[in-house]
Amino acid sequence: MTEENTAPEQIPIVTYLNLADPPHLKAQECKSCGARFFDRRNACASCGGGSFAEVAVSSDGVLQAFTIVHRAAPSIPVPYVSAIVKTDDGTSVRSNIINTPADVEHVTLGMRVALATYEVAEDDRGTKCIAFGYEPSS
Amino acid sequence: MNSDLWILGTHMTPFRRQPDLDVVDLASQAALGAMKDGEVGIADMDILACGSLFQASAGLGQQLQDQIGQTGIPVYNVSNACATGATALRTVIMSIKAGESEMGLAVGVEQMGKMGLLAGASRRSDENVYEPSGRYGSVMSVDGILGTNTMPGVFAQAGMKYAYENDGVDFEQFAKVAQKNHAHSTMNPLAQYQKEFSLEEVMQSPMTSYPNTLLMCCPTGDGAAAAVVVSGERLRSLSTEQQKRAVKISASVLTSDPYVEDGQVQPDVNTLTRNASTAAYEAAGIGPEDLDLVELHDCFATAELIHYDNLQLCESGGAGDFIDSGAPYRNGSMPVNVSGGLISKGHPIGATGIANVYEVATHLRGEAGDRQIPDAKVGLTHVIGLGSSCGVHILEAAAV
Repeated sequence: MTEENTAPEQIPIVTYLNLADPPHLKAQECKSCGARFFDRRNACASCGGGSFAEVAVSSDGVLQAFTIVHRAAPSIPVPYVSAIVKTDDGTSVRSNIINTPADVEHVTLGMRVALATYEVAEDDRGTKCIAFGYEPSS
Repeated sequence: MNSDLWILGTHMTPFRRQPDLDVVDLASQAALGAMKDGEVGIADMDILACGSLFQASAGLGQQLQDQIGQTGIPVYNVSNACATGATALRTVIMSIKAGESEMGLAVGVEQMGKMGLLAGASRRSDENVYEPSGRYGSVMSVDGILGTNTMPGVFAQAGMKYAYENDGVDFEQFAKVAQKNHAHSTMNPLAQYQKEFSLEEVMQSPMTSYPNTLLMCCPTGDGAAAAVVVSGERLRSLSTEQQKRAVKISASVLTSDPYVEDGQVQPDVNTLTRNASTAAYEAAGIGPEDLDLVELHDCFATAELIHYDNLQLCESGGAGDFIDSGAPYRNGSMPVNVSGGLISKGHPIGATGIANVYEVATHLRGEAGDRQIPDAKVGLTHVIGLGSSCGVHILEAAAV
């Protein structure tokens, strides 16, 4: 039963989601040119630099592009809104628009959005997977 | 080094589901057809490049040789996303340009059957303990949670980004692209679909990924296309009839993505296309206004609209007005995808980047029958594969 005792209560769906309070995204920022990346890096795609610092990404931004997905792999609930958000500190992020109906009346280009987290599912140890999306803000 | 290069022969199979043939049969039909069209044979070939996305690892070029002639020439098996066919063609072009070959055969082929929606991953259902894995440390498939990985969705977002940057671009303008290409395909007997739909039917067909409806998405299918490329020097040793039908390759360009800030979350299909077209116009010594027809990569209707801008066929930001003006229709000032495009002609991935060369060459030769663009002298072909890779070729009719 020790396994259950050591199981984390929650885990982020991706490493670049930091579940601190408040939750936010983190990025590897190139020390030479400032380009930001969400994956682990070998070198910078923008300038070739090899030195990075971890930075917090702004949780507020603008909806720059979206699509309302009606056909997806069988296990994925549809419709949902996939979006590209440009954060206020200039980082592009892809995720779903959440907590709002999936239609063009409620989802509009240029609208303000803010990062929000939610529980996706739970594994056999009771660890909750936490994902992030963006919801309309003012 | 050879300075001028020509398409001597070209052929494409019908695009459709062809379950009774295998991928080697399809490649053989295209290869034999192209050599027959150029009045040459396998013994004349100094190089073979065979492009296929899903079957390239199977040594398809060698399997093709086994069917049409094993002459011991170098074979390159090429795979480069949706630019695979153009890359095979360019492989032959580079070899001739370098002076290693005088004549070569490029083949593009794909047998996809009913693959359905590409690149959308199912969620794993057998995992019981979350462990971070991969470059992003994900604990499950993120498709559908952190946005979409499906092709209709990715290209929908590319179109919507253009709409965000250019006020007034809307759903109806995207839909017009598909209405046009379906209408064009009714004149192409090799097209997978040859049925016209009204704009309303396009807009009201089942939504795949807004704003792309089902009729705004290319189908999967089977098919092949091939081209024989020859140096100018060798061409001039051939018959007058062969020389008359030869089509000049005025530019052959391949680009990949330069870094852009949002490239890690949304493939940038714009910058590399713009770069490729700029380089191609410069190499050919012409401008977009000199083109008589264009075959561009309309994998989805949203893609075609933004490529009007990327290929500089319209004013910057003016792609919506361009389709509204009627310019890209076959009777317009800049006919685009008179073959029916990927949306209706079909998109067997490896074949596409040579099938577009077949289409343009056929018009430049004045052999396109009912769908002939009158007096076509110069044409451009464009393909883009996500990842990304972009191929642009400019072709010119022989001056006779």
